[in-house]
Amino acid sequence: MKPSYELLIIGAGPAGMSAACEAARNGVEVCVIDDQPEPGGQIYRNASRATAKQNQVLGKDYQQGKNLVDDFKSYGGEYYANVSVWHLDASNQVGVIKAEENYFISAKNLVIASGAQERAMPIRGWQLPGVMYAGAGQILLKGSGIVPRGELVLAGTGPLLLLLASQYLHAGVKIKAILDTTPKGRIVKSLDKLFSGVQGYEYLIKGASLLHHIKAAKVPYYKHVEGLCAVGLDRVNNVSFASATKAGRKVVNISLDVDTLLLHQGIIPNTRLARAAQCETTWDAQQSCWTVATNEYGLCRQNTYVVGDGARVMGAVASRIQGRLCGLHVAESLSKVDSHNWQVLHHDLLKKLRKENAIRPFLNAVYQPADAYLIPQQGDVIVCRCEEVTLSDIQDAVRLGCQGPNQVKSYTRCGMGPCQGTQCSNTLSHIVAKQTDMPMAEVGELRVRSPLSPITLGQIADL
Amino acid sequence: MFELLDDNHEFDTQISFDGKDHLVPSNITVAAAALLIGAKSIRETPVTGAKRMPLCMMGVCYECLMKIDGVGNQRSCQTLVRQGMVIERQIGATEVEAGYYEA
Ligand SMILES: Cc1cc2nc3c(=O)[nH]c(=O)nc-3n(C[C@H](O)[C@H](O)[C@H](O)COP(=O)(O)OP(=O)(O)OC[C@H]3O[C@@H](n4cnc5c(N)ncnc54)[C@H](O)[C@@H]3O)c2cc1C
Repeated sequence: MKPSYELLIIGAGPAGMSAACEAARNGVEVCVIDDQPEPGGQIYRNASRATAKQNQVLGKDYQQGKNLVDDFKSYGGEYYANVSVWHLDASNQVGVIKAEENYFISAKNLVIASGAQERAMPIRGWQLPGVMYAGAGQILLKGSGIVPRGELVLAGTGPLLLLLASQYLHAGVKIKAILDTTPKGRIVKSLDKLFSGVQGYEYLIKGASLLHHIKAAKVPYYKHVEGLCAVGLDRVNNVSFASATKAGRKVVNISLDVDTLLLHQGIIPNTRLARAAQCETTWDAQQSCWTVATNEYGLCRQNTYVVGDGARVMGAVASRIQGRLCGLHVAESLSKVDSHNWQVLHHDLLKKLRKENAIRPFLNAVYQPADAYLIPQQGDVIVCRCEEVTLSDIQDAVRLGCQGPNQVKSYTRCGMGPCQGTQCSNTLSHIVAKQTDMPMAEVGELRVRSPLSPITLGQIADL
Repeated sequence: MFELLDDNHEFDTQISFDGKDHLVPSNITVAAAALLIGAKSIRETPVTGAKRMPLCMMGVCYECLMKIDGVGNQRSCQTLVRQGMVIERQIGATEVEAGYYEA
């Protein structure tokens, strides 16, 4: 690892890999770092090494990753796996830990391609062993080739939940029930967004075929699920909720025995690195998350880019296109692309990116999480899992005069544990916003501070 | 409770998990191994001693912290198993030498 690069990219998912390939192709000196053991990011995790069975179960979108990962493996620049970033600032200085050693890298151009993470789903009992995110279930399938056995229930909303259900069915995994928390009337309310989304009709077809697959497999499917709770002492044994068993029937309370409960409320950009680099974030009410303010090339300010799902959720195909655009833009800014090529290529990529993004407003509107799953419904529900801070603890702090998430953090330790708020920050802001009747944009979120990932005192002392 | 998708994996990597020896496939993460073995928990929280298992599997939630080869606070979901690896459940907060530094 060198002390400086023309281009340093954090994240080897579709966005980061595409940016690296495009920039290197144009002669830029590139280094990519990623904290996973293999390149691929979330969607293409393990894509170049997947077994035939994994490929068959995971489907075509996943298999499309293999080419990109293979290209990336011989892209001509440097790549370091298992590297975590613990420091980042506005001058593009990056502190990383590789094999327990500490390095500082100075990036002439910095691309943050850190991807998305799952949105927290703070229901009663979500901290119990046996409860995981649906994305975690998929990661285990892709990365380690393992699937749940026993009574399995999937609960939540969003395309990833349906995709996972379909992948599990292909794998021969038995699903006891799907509990869909999408509120009633969402599709009808979102129809006005569909017109602009017709360009993205392939996504609608994909969605319909996932639903069809689930229906054909006769998996019990509960709609408009409310009051979801995970119940158990040292692990989840049971899931309880309210739903109408058939359209038009009365809503009843239902309880199912369960060994594994997989939760999902959609994905949100992982903006921690961008915020550490002091890129501006804004509250996006449509996606119900913070997004990073960038132009279409991912540029936040001169020499600093945030691309792919790490800026705003756009999906794998758009992330690849934006990654290429960004890599090309960096090369252009270093005068490494001739102006004819730049004109032709960047117009073409911009057009593709806009076409890809056309469906987003519709998807965002349909799958916007219900308020009841953004803010816990009972006072004893854990919000901060690390420090075990509950909804009541936070409400009490606000009542006593804490002026916003950062003060609540000092008062209650909410967000002070090892995850540094990745799981509770948005919930905390939602709670404060509701109780003080202020908009999210004004409430803000927990500040990001170094170290961005845990670092030992010894590693600090080595600096 | 988890099982392998393919039957043709070899259980060729020996690990010690919470004092017991197990054979698991290579190329899986420590967190996946814990699920495959049927571990009831991988850590107990520093605040109330509650039992926990991994949540996100992608390195952001830090629920899967374990003591691996003597070093505490390791994200088991980001660490691949290795022959002879010694994996222990993390009980409470870990010692300062291997602790995380809090700003
Ligand atoms: C769990 C999960 C599963 C998903 N599955 C699918 C799917 O099956 N199909 C689909 O269409 N979409 C899926 N998505 C959405 C999909 O991830 C994105 O659309 C696409 O992968 C975005 O690409 P990206 O390059 O922006 O980010 P990612 O693919 O997420 O890649 C980001 C990379 O950056 C690394 N990184 C992040 N922070 C750091 C740091 N601090 N230090 C070092 N490295 C870091 C990550 O480890 C990761 O490798 C999934 C999302 C999640 C969260």
